[in-house]
Order: sequence, then C-alpha cells, then structure tokens
Amino acid sequence: MSDTAFPFLTTLILIPAGGAAVVALIPRQRVAAWVHEAVGLAVSLVTLALAITILLRFQTSFGGYQFTSDHIWAKSLGIHWSLGLDGISLFLVMMAAVLFPLTLLGARVKRDPRSFVAWVLLLEAACLGSFVSLDLILFFLFFELTLVPTYFIIGGWGYARRGYAAIKFFIYTFAGSAFLLVGMVAVAFIHQSQTGVLTFELPALMHTHLSGTAGVLLFIAFTIAFAVKAPIFPFHTWSPVAYAEAPTAGSVLLAAVLAKLGAYGIIRFDLNLFPQATRTLTPVLLTLAVAGILYGAVVACAQRDLKRLVAFSSLAQLGFIVLGTFALTSQGLTGGVIQMVNHGLIIAALFLIVGWLYERRKSWQVTELKGLQWSAPVMAGVFTAVMLASIGVPGLNGFVGEFLILSGTFLVHRWWALAATLGIIIAAVYLLWAYQQVFHGEPTEPDKQTRDLGWTERLVIAPLILLIVFLGVYPKPVLDRITPSVNQLIAHVNQVTHTQQPAVATGGASAATGTGTGGGLGSGSTSNGATGGGH
Amino acid sequence: MSSLLLAAASVAKLKTPHIDYLSILPILIMMGGAVLLVTVSSLFRQVMGVSSATFITVVTAVATLVAALFQWHHVTTRGAQVTIAGAIAYDGFSVFIQIVVAIAVGLTALIADGYLKRENMDGPEFHVLAMLSASGAMLMGSANDLIVIFLGLEILSIALYVLAAFNHKRVESGEAALKYFVLGAFSSAIFVYGIALVYGATGSSNLPQIADYLSKNVVASNGVLLAGLALLLVGFGFKIAAVPFHMWSPDVYQGSPSPVTGLMAAIAKAGAFAALLRVFVSSFGTLRSDWQPIVWGIAILSLVIGAIAALVQKDIKRMMAYSSINHAGFILLGVQAATVRGVSASLYYLFAYTFMVLGVFAVITVMARDGDNGHQITDYRGLGKRSPLLALALAVLLLAQAGIPFTTGFLAKFSVVAASVDAHSYVLAAIAMGSAAIAAFFYLRVVVTMYSPVGAVGDLSDGDGTYSSGAASATAPAAGSGDRTGTSGDETASSDRVASLTVLTEAPPEASVAERVVVVPRLTRVAIGLCVAFTVVFGIFPGPIVDFAHQATLLFA
Repeated sequence: MSDTAFPFLTTLILIPAGGAAVVALIPRQRVAAWVHEAVGLAVSLVTLALAITILLRFQTSFGGYQFTSDHIWAKSLGIHWSLGLDGISLFLVMMAAVLFPLTLLGARVKRDPRSFVAWVLLLEAACLGSFVSLDLILFFLFFELTLVPTYFIIGGWGYARRGYAAIKFFIYTFAGSAFLLVGMVAVAFIHQSQTGVLTFELPALMHTHLSGTAGVLLFIAFTIAFAVKAPIFPFHTWSPVAYAEAPTAGSVLLAAVLAKLGAYGIIRFDLNLFPQATRTLTPVLLTLAVAGILYGAVVACAQRDLKRLVAFSSLAQLGFIVLGTFALTSQGLTGGVIQMVNHGLIIAALFLIVGWLYERRKSWQVTELKGLQWSAPVMAGVFTAVMLASIGVPGLNGFVGEFLILSGTFLVHRWWALAATLGIIIAAVYLLWAYQQVFHGEPTEPDKQTRDLGWTERLVIAPLILLIVFLGVYPKPVLDRITPSVNQLIAHVNQVTHTQQPAVATGGASAATGTGTGGGLGSGSTSNGATGGGH
Repeated sequence: MSSLLLAAASVAKLKTPHIDYLSILPILIMMGGAVLLVTVSSLFRQVMGVSSATFITVVTAVATLVAALFQWHHVTTRGAQVTIAGAIAYDGFSVFIQIVVAIAVGLTALIADGYLKRENMDGPEFHVLAMLSASGAMLMGSANDLIVIFLGLEILSIALYVLAAFNHKRVESGEAALKYFVLGAFSSAIFVYGIALVYGATGSSNLPQIADYLSKNVVASNGVLLAGLALLLVGFGFKIAAVPFHMWSPDVYQGSPSPVTGLMAAIAKAGAFAALLRVFVSSFGTLRSDWQPIVWGIAILSLVIGAIAALVQKDIKRMMAYSSINHAGFILLGVQAATVRGVSASLYYLFAYTFMVLGVFAVITVMARDGDNGHQITDYRGLGKRSPLLALALAVLLLAQAGIPFTTGFLAKFSVVAASVDAHSYVLAAIAMGSAAIAAFFYLRVVVTMYSPVGAVGDLSDGDGTYSSGAASATAPAAGSGDRTGTSGDETASSDRVASLTVLTEAPPEASVAERVVVVPRLTRVAIGLCVAFTVVFGIFPGPIVDFAHQATLLFA
C-alpha cells in the first residue's frame, strides 16, 4: 500500500531528530544563544510544513493507513520500521506539529537554550514517531524515547521540586511500560504460534485469535502503560506534580502531546488487538473515566494555585477522552479522537498563558493576583476564549468533542454519561471562579504594573485561538477525515465481538455540526433500551 | 610435567590428538601476546613503559579479533566442528565469545593506560594479567569438555585475583583480592566436585558425550547426576555473580582498581555465561525440567535483589556491582528459556553489556582521584557543567543499561524478554521488566546528580538560578579544554596531573572532589567514544549485531 514514492512519514520523524543533533552540535561558546533557538524553530517549522503537505495529500474518504512505508529493522527479531497514518493519527500529528514550534517560540528558557531546544526537537521526533508507528515494538521504542527528553526538560528547567517531579514521572511511566513490552511480545508469539510468522506489525496482529483470559490479561498489560501515560485515574499521581514543576514548555508538551500518546495507544492498540477484552472491561474503564472526570474537577476546585488548577482540569478532560473511546460507538470514538486534538490546543494555550503570567508576577497564587484585566486586557481576553473553549461553550472547539463523547456514550451507557456531565458543570465553576479571582476585582499596585502580552506572545497565541474558533465553528473537514477510520475500527471491534452499535451512533459528523442535535439525542435515548443489553 | 609426558610418550607410544591450530588461534594469540609482553619487558625493562605495553596489548587484541573474524568466515562456510579430541568446540558460539572478549581486552588496555600512569604503576604486569585472564575466558567459550571449562575458569580467575589486588597502595584492593580469592577458590572446588559427580553419573566429562549418554539412557536413580548439576550451577553462579552467590561482588567491585572491575564485569560474565549456556542448554538440555525451575529462581532473585540493593548504594562501584547482578538476572532469562532464541538473546546481551559496562568503568576510572578514591555518587555532582561530554557519555551508557530505546541496552533487554515470553515464562519476563523499572531509578539518580550544581543538597532550591556556583565556573575553562577531543595526548597527560594537584593543594579535601577538573587521557577518550558509539549506533541500526548473535547460535556445535 505504498501510495507515494517519497517517504513522507520517515522524513517527518527524521527532520526533528536530525534538527536535534544539529542544534546539539552548534558550539555554545562562540555562537549567540538565539541562533540555537532560531535553528530549532526553523526545524520545527519545516516539520510543520511537511505535516501540512501530508494533510493536503491525505485521502479523505479512505479509512485505512496511508503514506505507509515498511522496512525490515532487525530481521531476526521480527521488528519492522513500519509507518502509516490514518484519520485517527492524522490530526494528532498535525496538533503536535503545530504545538512544537509554538512552544519553542512561546516558552523560551534563559539557561542553556541549546540543550533545551535539542531536547524539545528530540521529543518532537519521538512523539511524531509514536503517532505514525504501525509496528508494536517501533511504537514502544518511540513511546519510551519520549521519556528521556521529557525527563531532562523537567529536571533541567523546572521549578523548585523539579528533581522529584522528573524522577517520579520517569519511574511511573517506565514501570507502566514494563508490562506493555511483555504484552507486545506475548501477542506476537501467540500470533506466531497461529500463523508461523513472527511479526510485530499491527495490521497482521489484529487478526490474532486470543482466548478470553489471555485477551483480558494482555489488555490489562497494555492498558496500564497507557493509563499511566495518559494519565487515567487512579494512575495519575505523577501528573499534577510533573505538570506543576515542569517549565512552561514541559507542561505544554506533557499535557497537550504526551498525554495523548496514552489515549492514542488505547485506541490504536487496545481496540485493534483486544476487541473482546475491551468489551468485557468496558464498565471498568468507563467508571475510571468518570471517576477521573469528577475527581479532577473536584480537586481543581480546591486549588489556589493556577498551574495546579490547570493540571487537574487536564486530568478531568482526559477522562472525557477515555469515556468517548470506551463508549465503543462511532460517535463516542470520533468525539474522543477530536477531543484529543481540541484538548491539546486548549491545554497548550492555558499552560502558555499561565506561564506568561508567572514570568510577570512570579506567582500562581490566585489570592495574589487581582484585576489583571485592566493592566493586561489582551491576556484577559485570550484567557476568556480559551477558558470558554475548555468549559465546552458551543462555537468553540471544546464543545464539539464533549458533545460527541457525551451523546455517543449516552446511547449505550446512559448513567456514565449523566455522571460525566456533572464534570462539565464543575469545570465551569472552577474556571470561572479562577477567572474572576485573577482578572476581575480591584487591582493592587503590582497588578497595575503587570505587562500585557507582547508581540511574540500574541503571535504564539493567535494561531491557537484561530484553531480553537475554527474547529468550533466548522469541524466538518476534521470529522470527515476522522470518521472513515473510526468507522473501520468500530466495525472491526463489532465484528470480533459480534455486536452492533445503535444505528444513530454512526451519524457523528452531521450531529456535531449542529443540524441533528435534537434528533440524535432523542432517538438515541429511545434506541438505548434495545441496544444497551447487547454487550 | 612436560618431561613426564615425553617419557610416557616414548614408552607407550601415547597417541596424541591432532591439533587443529586454527580452532584455538585467537586463544593462542592472546596467550602469546601475554608471554611476548612479559618476555620483552623483562629483557628491555628500562625502555618499556606503560605506553609500549598498552600498544602491544592493543595490537594483540586486534590480532585476536582479526583471527576470530577469520574463524567466523571459516565457520560460516564450513560449518561447526569439534576439534582436538573433542575438547574444543569450533563453532559460531565460541567465535562470538572470542570476539567479545578480545574487544573487552582492547578497551580495557586503553582505559588502564591512563590509570596506570596516574597511579604511577609502571610495568607491563597489568596488561599481561589482563590478556591471560582473557585467554581463560576465551577458552571457556570454546571448551567442549568440563575439564577444559575448568581450565579456562582457573586461568581466568587466577589472573583476576592478582589484578584485583593490583593497586597495592589501596587497602581495599588487597581486601577485595583476598575475598575474591577465598570465595573463588571455594567455588572452584565446588565446581570440580560437580564435574566429578557428573563424570561419575554419565561416564564422561565431554559435553557431547554427556548429552549423548543422557539422550540414550534413562537414569533410574539420578541423585548423583542432579547433585553434580547443582554443584556446577553453584560454581557458575559464583562467577556470574547471581544471587545467592553474589556476596563477594559488591566488595570486590568496590575494592578492585576501576579498570579491573570493568574487565571483571565484562570477561568473567562472558566466559562463565558461555560455558553455562553450553553446559546446561546443550548438554543437559534433556534434563531441563530439572534445572529450569532453579535457574528461574536464581534469575528472579538476581533481578530483584540486584535492582533493590543498588537503590541504597552511595558508592558508584558498589552500585554498578548490584547493577551487574541485575544484568546477570537478565542474561539468565535467556538461559532459563533454553531455546535457540534464548541462547542468541543471551549472547547479544553479553555483547551489548561488554560495551556498556566498560564505558561506565572508563568514566569511573577517570573520575577517581589519585589513589583511585572518590567513587561516591555525590562526587559526580556538577559533572554536567564541568565536563559536558564526559557527563553525556556516562548518561548515555547508564541510560542504555536502564534499557532506553535506540540503544543496544534496550535491544538486549527486549531479546531476552522475548525469549522468555517465547518459552512461556510470562511471570519471569514481567518481573524482569519490573526490575528494569526499579533499576532505572538508580541509573537516573547518577544522571540527576551529574546535572545538579555543586554544593546543592538534595533537590534544588530555585529553578532560575541554577549552576550559579562560583567554584564550578572558576574551573570550567580548564575542564572545557581537557574535554575537547583535539588536544594532544602528552600535553593532556602532564597538565592533567598538574591541574589535579594544584586543586588538591589549594582546596580542602572535601570540596576538592566536587570542583576538581576531570581530564580524560586520550586513549581513555577513545575507549569511551567507542563504547558510546557502539551502544548508540547499533541501537539505531541493530541488524548486524542482532543477526550476528543469531547466526552464532545457529552454528552451535
């Protein structure tokens, strides 16, 4: 299925990886610091340009893998350099490609920018590699490789407790992946015993027959790794401290891109490889998702520290993504996929703004900030837009994903959807409260002195706001590309588990654009009784 | 001895076996190099310095390597053979071990060169002993008879006992050697007794003959055989430092001169594991249901205890000792699997580990002050600022040992875990990976320490004001010049000692460790560079080495 002669995806990984090496090799003493940053930015922009080319050449209605390339990497181990892109990963790649240059520009560091830029570029290569790998072990390699640059970014440029945060992050995720590797190898050998071929390629392995117990055990082995990375409640304990202690760039990339690796892994590998086990364990995962939504929201309410508040709100949002995924309906899964992208854009904007606020005031305590809308009106306006998107106000991108997730879940798991809706309300409470505290009220003297956003910062935030609005108003082009792949995946799950989803759940795109809202919900609730018992 | 043999030959016309010199060529070259070096140096004592001894050693190692590569070509075209009256196996497996050991000796010679000069230990004895012990390890890799394995084991060990005591100025060195010697001699005795019992039970000490006997006969009462097997396992367990036979290794690793520790970790493991694989997987393969559970237990104990005990170590050499116990556990995964995949995974692990561990001990060697002290992990604080390249090399090698992707360390762990899963030892594989996660913690601790500023206690106080220590920045230019790879060697060597001396005299001893300039001798730099390059390049392009290990196993005699 190599539809292009040019290896787009390999190039997409090699550009930032090569860029990291180049930046690391530019000497530190004789060259001004901005050269490293400029080279890094240029490399990430070239990567973005390539990603846009890929987007333009992407065949909209085709649900399978595109831009595939397949080379033998280690013959006797059966590992292939196998890359491919479908509607599910396409926009994650796009999101990562957009966010890395913005991060390099918007969250610069004072100390040793050379190493910083090199680590960020290496992280970009690892993230893009994870999103486009079709070989299990290759995915694992990139998945694990993300740890190293993230570790150094947190540990090298973080805040007070960065050493602790970095180690905790590393050990948690590394321990989680331990089982992932064993699980991957086990799947491959079970496949080998059935077909005689040792391969780690997903398209081949997804037809492996697994017994019930083996499937459940392997599902757990895979899911623990992804749940730690995402993070899903109760595997999240590393994340608040890592998000809070990381430098702005680290928080942005952790929450926006790396967190998606976990959710993406669940969609790509759990659903493809273990459909039966996924069905069996759906109630557990849905409960964890709802628990995460409510827990994140409640704990966020209790925060007096803006950055920690954003960190916990991210935990709640990830609960939504998991909820949509394990609804196992086309609507829910489409919602989950698009919410990964939307949440990435929103959380990146939030962490960037919060980081800029810290640069000005050296504090995240809401009690120390007041009335900033007078001295920093642009910042206040931008924060409002992003906050509203995060709450899920219609017309902004957060709504699209949350609506699809909730309606897709409601069709088959009504009570979980209801409980999750509560999370949206609480999200409105704590975000509006934080906004009031910080931007409203009578400013004190330091508040009046606070600078507004500079030109670089406006340049960084503008594309994010544009995307947030665009995806909120007109998500159709995105949904059109996601839906075929999602339908194919859901069909695979249903075929293996001999179930059918409610007919209404397939109308993801039309429902989301607002035309079929009432009908979708109404018929969904009526058909629920008939289909709810089907699994 | 030889006159006795001659006498015997003349009387009874003793039939001597045909000797296929090609099959033992690398061993002969290695031993010959040692003999040559000791002869030349005793004749020209005045002229020979450490540098010429190092030169001869490196040339010998390279010649051994070339001979082994020629053997490889020969074996791949002609197939595996058994030579010299069945005593030597001439197959891909043995050639693989020759190559690993030859590389280890060459790298150790490069590392030891700077060490010997720094410690003022002139003379070629170090290199002679290193080559002798290496020839023992190589013999263990080729041995096809329990007695020959024992010969190799003793040649390897006796030279290592002396090497452990080599730095006579350090009390710890002597203590380490004594401990190693007493326990080593004890384990050798157990090993010999094991050989005797196996011989008694099967009627042969020749490995294929044992396998043949076991496949053709059902031993009704096999207590003697199993006891012999258990004793052999204890002997091997001691050499590979597997729990519960590991007690010696932290003290010996800590006390031995740093280059010796690296050599010990590399070649003692390579030789002992080679013999262990050959004896257990090929000869006693039919009895695998008897020994697999025991190896399973030893592997789990080594994995877990190695990883956990390393967490609390303050001395980096002790930490590396426990880390090597953990690695032994990983290699045992391949043994426990007792399959072709398992053997080739273990071989690959040994190859990758040789480079990783020698590189780490090269850095430890240059980090030590005169007298080979200063191995506390806190001594590495601020290294990232003082010597960025050295710190980067150590970080890469430690992360590779932790099993980070795109290094040989990951592929090594992956292949043994794959072998273990293939053999349906899921629990063992999961425990191994869990121990890797624990192990990552102590490797990272060193990395964190290196990139923390001097003088800070525990975690750092402020994010923006890092690396503000004046002492570190004062010595930074000197560190920078020492780290550059272009400087000429002689100048470095002399300025090295001057620089460290000045700091030692000026600063109080406590502070001097952290602020000291680390100057890396040129040859050590080459060794570290080779280790890092191998670890990274073959981590990214794993094909050649993985396939090499795989092919070596297929050519098992």
